[in-house]
Amino acid sequence: MTIGLGHYLTVAAIIFTIGIFGIFVNRKNVIIILMSIELILLAVNINLVAFSSFLGDLVGQVYALLVLTVAAAESAIGLAILVAYYRNRGSIAVEDINLMKG
Amino acid sequence: MLFPAIFFYTFGATCVAAAFMVIASRNPVHSVLFLILAFVNAAGLFVLLGAEFLAMILIIVYVGAVLVLFLFVVMMLDVDFSRLRQGFLQYLPVGALVGIILLIELLLVVFTWSIGANVRAAIATPIPPLAKVPNTEALGHVLYTNYVYFFQVAGIVLLVAMIGAIVLTLHHKPRVKRQNIADQITRTKATSIEIVKVRSGQGL
Repeated sequence: MTIGLGHYLTVAAIIFTIGIFGIFVNRKNVIIILMSIELILLAVNINLVAFSSFLGDLVGQVYALLVLTVAAAESAIGLAILVAYYRNRGSIAVEDINLMKG
Repeated sequence: MLFPAIFFYTFGATCVAAAFMVIASRNPVHSVLFLILAFVNAAGLFVLLGAEFLAMILIIVYVGAVLVLFLFVVMMLDVDFSRLRQGFLQYLPVGALVGIILLIELLLVVFTWSIGANVRAAIATPIPPLAKVPNTEALGHVLYTNYVYFFQVAGIVLLVAMIGAIVLTLHHKPRVKRQNIADQITRTKATSIEIVKVRSGQGL
């Protein structure tokens, strides 16, 4: 019973799908949406590292590191915006964030 | 041969279950804790794949900093989360539809592709044997030479994110007295003291 590349890609695909599903289902809660984005980026990282390991190329791990950096920056900025928004409006419900009617 | 399979299925199943609980649990604090569980198990998968440095980075930086930041924000904001959960069942059918279609597509891709014949010959930086060069050292050799510009761009991204987060969340209350250092050090003797000659017996 050997664990191949397909096994890791399947796990990553399931986690990616759960992330997308989470964005659709928790449409009112910004914090859960941010966590779903984290899950999606984690799935991408699992893909990159799995390909890097099974192809024997180290560049995939370098790119996983860069994706990790961008994900950390994104969540920090997202949470900062969330805190600033809560301070101004007293609520974080997504349906209230429509002042610009975008 | 059996142990890697056992560990893979343990880590993989726990990771998927925790990821599902992230979006399904009622309390966002529980969601963050399940997200931590998912990331720790993903780090286990990384160790199985031989990417030890990334696994440790995932635990130290991600779980230690980013997810604890999430926990801070969730606990700091006093939000009625039950109101935010209304409409969960309303969006469930379309979400499930999109999710199932996406999963079927992804799995079709996963099980029907193959690596091209000349891909392995074109690998630029092969992973050295783990017994000779550890993973962290090999990654450092590549990251600080061929990919040093990418590394510095990542640093700039983090710097911009840090400054942006500080600028977004820092705010001064108008009624609170604050120290103004520029005002303090530009004071001169002429603006700050006044010498008054007081005659004896007369006062001011």
